[in-house]
Amino acid sequence: MITVTGARKSYGDFAALDDVSLDIPAGTLTALLGPSGSGKSTLLRSIAGLERLDAGTVVIGGRDLTHVAPQKRGIGFVFQHYAAFKHMTVRDNVAFGLSIRKRQKAEIARKVDDLLEIVGLDGFQHRYPAQLSGGQRQRMALARALAVDPEVLLLDEPFGALDAKVRADLRQWLRRLHDEVHVTTVLVTHDQEEALDVADRIAVLNKGRIEQVGDPVSLYERPANDFVMSFLGSVATLNGVLVRPHDIELEREAPVELVAPGHSVPARVRARVERIVRLGFEVRVDLGTDAGERFAVQMTRSQAADLDLRVGETVFARAARGQDPELVGAGAAI
Amino acid sequence: MRTSTGTRLTLRTVALGYLFALLAVPIGLILWRTFGDGVGAFIDSIRTPAAISALNLSLLIVAIVVPLNVVFGVATALALVRGSFPGRGLLQAVVDLPFAVSPIVVGVSLILLWGTSGWFGGVENNFGIRVIFGLPGMVLATIFVTLPFVVREVEPVLHEIGTDQEQAAATLGASSAQTLWRITLPAIRWGLTYGVVLTIARALGEFGAVIMVSSGFPGVSQTLTLLVHSRYIDDHNTYGAYAAATLLMGLAVLTLLLMTVLDRKRSTT
Ligand SMILES: Nc1ncnc2c1ncn2[C@@H]1O[C@H](COP(=O)(O)OP(=O)(O)O)[C@@H](O)[C@H]1O
Ligand SMILES: [Mg+2]
Repeated sequence: MITVTGARKSYGDFAALDDVSLDIPAGTLTALLGPSGSGKSTLLRSIAGLERLDAGTVVIGGRDLTHVAPQKRGIGFVFQHYAAFKHMTVRDNVAFGLSIRKRQKAEIARKVDDLLEIVGLDGFQHRYPAQLSGGQRQRMALARALAVDPEVLLLDEPFGALDAKVRADLRQWLRRLHDEVHVTTVLVTHDQEEALDVADRIAVLNKGRIEQVGDPVSLYERPANDFVMSFLGSVATLNGVLVRPHDIELEREAPVELVAPGHSVPARVRARVERIVRLGFEVRVDLGTDAGERFAVQMTRSQAADLDLRVGETVFARAARGQDPELVGAGAAI
Repeated sequence: MRTSTGTRLTLRTVALGYLFALLAVPIGLILWRTFGDGVGAFIDSIRTPAAISALNLSLLIVAIVVPLNVVFGVATALALVRGSFPGRGLLQAVVDLPFAVSPIVVGVSLILLWGTSGWFGGVENNFGIRVIFGLPGMVLATIFVTLPFVVREVEPVLHEIGTDQEQAAATLGASSAQTLWRITLPAIRWGLTYGVVLTIARALGEFGAVIMVSSGFPGVSQTLTLLVHSRYIDDHNTYGAYAAATLLMGLAVLTLLLMTVLDRKRSTT
């Protein structure tokens, strides 16, 4: 369990962390998600002791570590750019923490070999980091961090420097590893897909503050505010309201509305189809209103086939049922 | 930009001709004069007591100066790259001072400072340690002129490696001393080696600053450069001067070779 309370950190008069409090339950994989510059790294590095807080406390496993050096915090840290010890072999990199702890040679060798097997680098013991791919370097860095049996594992955009395919593979792999090892893990990322994909819990940061904390589903479906909504998944603005692109219905003609007394229906928006993009399984329709606003709608292939839209034609768009709070209420009353 | 074949050939010829006239000819001439009478004469000339003493003194100065420059050079580079303290900009400028100041000025200022009537004259007056006209003076002069080499070679490497590796070592439990020894020093070893090689070459070749603070007795307080000078000017022993110069050059070539070998090794690891 990691508890951060009232954390503040300023650079000059710029507040990188502005009164941040956060609980990270033991054994979870929590993602710190936010745009670049929102203070994610500062928060993570403060938990690690690599950054000194101006105010606030960091407690890990019941120990107040606010004024404890990083060496004594029982953490493992993985850096975005690997921070591999370039002059050491893979084996020596992974063994570093253990040799600092003056463990027996045989014990170190056994543990290093075990870890290298877990991270899929068996047989790479005698290579140098320069002879590894980016993904392999990062797995080595993970093995190095895990070698000292840390109480918490802290990862700062660990897959940020890798290409999309490797990144997706590695985060699946990280999830499986976490399910095996169960070490409390904090993952910093600016990629909402990554956070939704691997994390048990997500804390959304913005401008040095925490906007919302919760599990991926509740954050996605019940965002606390527009920022969280637009950061987790794409959004379209319809009549000044944020809507998910797949929660917009398109119709050819404006049908006659049957409105129950006391209820209003969200207004339809007239828009012109500008582009139709097939994204594998889904279809994205880019639209433009007469007022010059642009938004995108996402639908399945079969929905698209049913509508059979053409570029240039005019359609009517509105938030789908279930999205509009008033309609949800009306539905429940029936 | 592409250059025509003609231009390229002309440029090459000019560059090679320039190097030939300014470097190869003088050096070749000295070698020719030195070995013109056979290797025996050369060996005899560099085996006189004065020559052996000069070689020993030059090497002794190198042996004292190099470790000092390594320790203080690395410390200064670390302070300049990693530190944030008032006066950092000033230190940055001061490190380059020996490049800007003529060695003879260094010699004069050392006399002003350490001479018997200087600020630190008490060292000699009270403790009987001869600084000026003694070994300490020559070491001080050499340190002054070689000070920037290690700092300036190590600095860019420190910039390049950044602090990630050191921070990673810290999170793995390494103390600052362990991190310095096991991470930082190995990471900067090539820059440091370069700095040391340059320091050696410059220390061997230094003349202007050393001549000011040396008593210049043959067989006692002459370095190799001073030996070349005194053989030529005082003894009118031109052959002896050529021979000593060749020895000096031999040491420089050795140093350069060392640098090339190390450079090869660096590019393969
Ligand atoms: N050492 C520093 N000096 C000055 N500003 C910094 C420093 N470190 C971070 N910042 C600023 O603090 C803010 C948060 O940084 P960071 O935590 O790295 O953001 P993130 O990891 O979310 O991208 C950024 O605006 C950044 O410019
Ligand atoms: Mg960051």
